[in-house]
Amino acid sequence: MSIAATTARETVQLATGRSRERSPGSLVFLGLLWFSLFFGVMVLVVLIADTAIAGAGRFDADLVTRYDSTLTPERTGFRAGILGSLWLMLFTALMAVPLGIAAAVYLEEFADSRRWYNRIIEVNLQNLAAVPSIVYGLLAVAVMALIGIERKGIVLGGAIALALLILPVIIITTREAVRAVPEEIRQGSLALGATTWQTTWRQVLPSAVPGIATGTILGLSRAIGEAAPLLMLGLASSVRFDPEGMMSPITALPIQIYGLSSSSQDAFQEAASAAIIVLLVMILGLNGLAIFIRNKFQRSW
Amino acid sequence: MSSTSSTGAGPSFGTGLPGAPIDLGRKARPAETAIKAVLFASAMLSVAITIGILVALIEPVVHFFAEVPFREFFSFDEGTRFAVFPLITATMVTTVIALLVAVPLGLGAAMYLSEYASRRARKILKPTVELLAGVPSVVYGFFAVMFVTPTLLQDILGLGVGFTNALAAGLVLGVMIIPTIASLAEDAFSAVPQALRQGSYAMGANRMQTTLRVVLPAALSGVAAAIVLGLSRAVGETMIVALAAGSQKNFSLNPLEGMQTMTGFMATTAGGENPVGSTSYNTLFAVGLTLFVITFVINMISIALVRRYRQAY
Repeated sequence: MSIAATTARETVQLATGRSRERSPGSLVFLGLLWFSLFFGVMVLVVLIADTAIAGAGRFDADLVTRYDSTLTPERTGFRAGILGSLWLMLFTALMAVPLGIAAAVYLEEFADSRRWYNRIIEVNLQNLAAVPSIVYGLLAVAVMALIGIERKGIVLGGAIALALLILPVIIITTREAVRAVPEEIRQGSLALGATTWQTTWRQVLPSAVPGIATGTILGLSRAIGEAAPLLMLGLASSVRFDPEGMMSPITALPIQIYGLSSSSQDAFQEAASAAIIVLLVMILGLNGLAIFIRNKFQRSW
Repeated sequence: MSSTSSTGAGPSFGTGLPGAPIDLGRKARPAETAIKAVLFASAMLSVAITIGILVALIEPVVHFFAEVPFREFFSFDEGTRFAVFPLITATMVTTVIALLVAVPLGLGAAMYLSEYASRRARKILKPTVELLAGVPSVVYGFFAVMFVTPTLLQDILGLGVGFTNALAAGLVLGVMIIPTIASLAEDAFSAVPQALRQGSYAMGANRMQTTLRVVLPAALSGVAAAIVLGLSRAVGETMIVALAAGSQKNFSLNPLEGMQTMTGFMATTAGGENPVGSTSYNTLFAVGLTLFVITFVINMISIALVRRYRQAY
């Protein structure tokens, strides 16, 4: 469709000529469209520049190697938050990725979309993708109560909340990757006597891996920046030890930033600014990885 | 039934009489059936999550209303401890400001991407716009408090706003939902058949006239869906409003004042020292349920609108 659209657009340009495109009204309109497109980028540049300048004094080793400290605010660090965020990401991925891929494979390869229950799953997924993240926090609180864990602010609870949150994202992107595998590959496999599952496992999924990996990484990069659901689970903003396991109380980088931004001490504001840059670098790194995988490994049929 | 047929390694052709149809689909394959069941269960988990959300929210809310009368919860009076309407009006104020920012800018970006940009330019520009959605909301919130309020609103525009105000929160919220609106609206514009554009050009219209008078009206239900989804995002966003909008209930429509939104209230309450099971803690779930119901209705409207434009073309 997009190729057809582009060629059609080019013909149109020849047909209409340029004079009518250069009326003052058209030029103003085009200028407004350009403004809309670049407004967001301008905000982003201002945000990053302003934050980097505010946190410039704190780009030192203490920032990532020390725990937070109220006694020496100019040397406070985010070691616990960075490690906590990484742990959360690991367990979130362990929970969300297999479930998300399984659900997506069912919907694309096995489900009959005419059945009412499969249609309910479809609509429900679209709705879940737009449920506010804070509500997933409340759900995870209930899940923790259900499995009888009363300890607040631990790795497991946070990971459950984030996994539930990114599950729809992973399902939706995996479905797109699976759908992009050409029908001929499935038919060839089935014609050789493979079952539907064998076709899925040996042909479709390997071909879809780059797309699935890209979607998963983007989902995780969303999870790592979330603070609202973790607040519901009672993650503390000050933790002075490394995470030790699933039941270990932790903090996360966004939670620490939130905790510091309500502080009135300049040193803490500066530290929070520097921590934001660390968080943005982590997220940009993940996004860069996703783009790299997409460009390097994605096949076009 | 042999074990080879269950794994599908050896198709048994010998049993069929000449001319008899070979129906492999009917063959019982326990392993295949079991795998399908596991996959189906994973897909049904998403439905279980929705039901789980409802159960998780309703149970504490029942306890809540056993102790707090309905009238006290559904009250406009900001002095009433459990009043929810001041929170809803504050959410409305920040959401309306966000939409005033995001709807024109999001649609403008979508129009450029779909109607003006070449395929190569679109490939670079679209991810650039979507970068905005990758910034964590707590970072936006910090930016609203540290830059938008003191530098932009107080110094440059000279507005008499306090440290927290709905305007700064709404503006930044708007920037955050630009990509949501732009990306969905671009899909809707791209779905408009090329024939409509060609007809418009054939009548002598230029690109702007075609975009505004042909493509936009033709994509209207998709554009509406994009705006409604952006609305849902703005209503449910937490960290920006928790940091920048204020932490005091304020029944007011004046965007220059500080006010606490539904999500802002939840963030403050969860961060406070309320013992689990207490009435103040259960307020969290009462407000959470209100929020879920509001966003659920908004999402359903958006899904129905998307379905309409998918059917149209």
